[in-house]
Amino acid sequence: MKTLIRIGTAAILATGLSLGGTAAQAAGGHGGPELKHPSWTFDGLFGHYNEDQLKRGWEVYSNVCASCHGLEYMHYRNLKGLGYTEDEVEAIAASFEIEDGPDEWGEMFTRPATVVDPIKEPYENDALAKLANGGAVPPNLSVMTRARDHGPDYVYSLMLGYEAGVPEWVHEEDPEFSVPPGKSFNNYFPGYAISMPQQLFPGIMEYSDGTEATPEQMAKDVVTFLQWAAEPELEKRKDLGRYVLVFLIVFTGVLYAYKREIWKNAH
Amino acid sequence: MSHTANPAGSGDDKTRRDFLLIASAGMGVVGTALAVWPFIDSMNPAKDVMALAVVEVDLSPVAVGQAITVVWRGKPVFVRHRTPEDIEQARAVNVASLRDPEADEDRVIKPEWLVQIGICTHLGCIPKGQKPSDPKGDYNGWFCVCHGSHYDTAGRIRKGPAPLNLPVPQYAFLDDTTIQIGEE
Amino acid sequence: MSSTPSPVWSNPAIKWVDRRMPIFSLMHKELIVYPTPRNLNYWWNFGSLAGIALVILIFSGIFLAMHYVPHEDMAFASVERLMREVNSGWLIRFIHMNTVSLFFLCVYIHIFRGMYYGSYKAPRELLWIIGVIIYFVMVGTAFLGYVLPWGQMSFWAATVITSLVTPIPLVGEELAIWLWGGFGVNNATLQRFFSLHYLLPMVIFALVFLHLWALHTTKSNNPLGVDVKKKADTLPFHPYYTMKDAFGLGVALVVLSYFIFFNPNYFNHSINYVMADPMVTPEHIVPEWYFLPFYAILRAIPDKLGGVVLMFLSILIWMALPWLDRSRVRSGKFRPVFKWFFWVWVADFVLLTWLGAMPAEGTYVTMGQWATAYYFAHFVVILPLLGWFEKTKPVPESISAAVTAGHDKEAAA
Repeated sequence: MKTLIRIGTAAILATGLSLGGTAAQAAGGHGGPELKHPSWTFDGLFGHYNEDQLKRGWEVYSNVCASCHGLEYMHYRNLKGLGYTEDEVEAIAASFEIEDGPDEWGEMFTRPATVVDPIKEPYENDALAKLANGGAVPPNLSVMTRARDHGPDYVYSLMLGYEAGVPEWVHEEDPEFSVPPGKSFNNYFPGYAISMPQQLFPGIMEYSDGTEATPEQMAKDVVTFLQWAAEPELEKRKDLGRYVLVFLIVFTGVLYAYKREIWKNAH
Repeated sequence: MSHTANPAGSGDDKTRRDFLLIASAGMGVVGTALAVWPFIDSMNPAKDVMALAVVEVDLSPVAVGQAITVVWRGKPVFVRHRTPEDIEQARAVNVASLRDPEADEDRVIKPEWLVQIGICTHLGCIPKGQKPSDPKGDYNGWFCVCHGSHYDTAGRIRKGPAPLNLPVPQYAFLDDTTIQIGEE
Repeated sequence: MSSTPSPVWSNPAIKWVDRRMPIFSLMHKELIVYPTPRNLNYWWNFGSLAGIALVILIFSGIFLAMHYVPHEDMAFASVERLMREVNSGWLIRFIHMNTVSLFFLCVYIHIFRGMYYGSYKAPRELLWIIGVIIYFVMVGTAFLGYVLPWGQMSFWAATVITSLVTPIPLVGEELAIWLWGGFGVNNATLQRFFSLHYLLPMVIFALVFLHLWALHTTKSNNPLGVDVKKKADTLPFHPYYTMKDAFGLGVALVVLSYFIFFNPNYFNHSINYVMADPMVTPEHIVPEWYFLPFYAILRAIPDKLGGVVLMFLSILIWMALPWLDRSRVRSGKFRPVFKWFFWVWVADFVLLTWLGAMPAEGTYVTMGQWATAYYFAHFVVILPLLGWFEKTKPVPESISAAVTAGHDKEAAA
């Protein structure tokens, strides 16, 4: 028993040390509203994705986000992971014209994309992206939920966190605060002034499965899609993880029993 | 390694101990083997490599008598649009007399299209015979200039040091003029 | 100590090899019959556990290197490709990332255990010093490895840490340029870091063997700190400690697997999933948790050179422990005052860890300075003085005597 307490102490020490690290990330000096935390299907020990939701998320991405944000490192073939069939993915890919070449005459040419092509970027380079977006490069979204603390909650909150005017609590923090021209106020963006205008309004798009496209619904679906884009291995990881944990716990139990058996005669 | 450091207990104790030893050792061996598998598997072709392992080839621009070379899995694939004489020549041979006996019918899906991997089965050179100006060897097929292997109009070895015919990759016709090389 | 005769091997192949190179006899002596104090507690598990963590790290690292591209334009993308395209690539990377934390945790506990039970005292000074060198090389290796994914934190950690050499008088600037192979962290830096990150674990591995050699020469310390005097004080290493270590490994793997499969980025910084940008510094630069106490010491000193020197001294001073601690009693168990100060020092270390993660402003700076002062005072003031003034408790005559006494007490109760 004593030994177990000691192991417990070690574990507590470990968590204590590691909390130091995360505490630093959470500390942002934020007087505004807390991050929203809707229930995510991918949270927890049994986390998984819902294919209908992933497809809706892809529809939001392609209708709303894709004109400015890319999905680097991803290919059209990956969309099979959303539950689309081979033919559907081929059709999606073929709806994009991409540049290829040079051909035998040394000329670049365009052709419909195939499943093995990378998902088309909205801008050819960062300079063009900057030019089109008031000096800010719209960040790549394929790793977004991994690249921000509390990624899914953050992106969800950000999408729904726009305010028409500057709220009172901001002026309590900084009486001088104003939103520069060309920017929008967002409760959750560091510094509150964000280059991206509000995107999600009621009625901007319709889902092909008939779900009502409210801003909350769109935000939730697109964040689920982005989480899938960032962690496509999540389902496999958690499925495997459960087997591994059960195996290791049983194994450790057997080892403990054997260890006790051996030590019985030594005390 | 056997050893007898454990002071011997009673019979029951020994059974219990043996069981626990076998259980621990068994789970340890199985667990280690399972844990090593992902590492070994990581050396297999990755998903992006596999995605490119299947290519579609449009044959419509290839006129009778012409040949094209396409790259598939890093290797040249020879596609020849055979003339009726080519086919006739290939089928006139006594199969049993060949070094690597194989009927022409077994090497093609449609007789006019011969699809094969263009790597000499001797020591891995790429035989000549694709371009009109190339030497085609004694049998009007392909000729490997490295060590003088002659292949016929069905890509079968007829003369020289190579032991086998040019291998035919797995392919299928998606429609009359499109083939897909590699399996899906 | 009992001398153990070489076993007689029955297998002819083993016999043949062993006569020409007695590797099997050596393994038998050091891993099977090695007389180990019978009273080691679970704090003694963490040495071998750290060794296993090292093996896991080297093994997984070899496979990561098969897919990684050490180039400033491709490093980040190659890691993403590893996670997305390579079969089980995500698993191998998460194993590598999280085992680093396990390794450091084990090594810290191992070091603290040595400090509490006086494992550094004669005749184990060299064993201890080799251990501190291992820790130094570990720190270097972990730092180099963290740069490789070429995220924002990688890049800026590389910039900040390599800049530590710039305050060195006369050669500082040139030294930094030499380290970088350019005028700042750049592609050349990344390539040399990759090369060295592959090399240093092998150095650690070799040092671990020296550590074990020294250990098996002086034999293991134990919670009582008294020398092994007779056979009854010891147990053969196998199966007693192999099984105890195996059980401890099982527990560690359960915890490790939880992080690998369910919280793989817990110890990582999210900003490191943004590709390195030499034009934009992230708002908070925070090192990995295992560097935080030393980072706090670095920042506690307002002088650039002073901070760097003190940071290195804070680890180097461990090497002097065998001579700073004047007490004749090894184990903290029999040192009522030391025991108390030991835990205060551990608390100070945890406090420094926490402070290292806080922004360097306001009260955090002051707290950092006091915590740093106490950190050093423990070694240069408290430990030497305790040696003179502390009244220690009586130390048992031998391990077996103490074990028997313990059994009597249990029987009486």
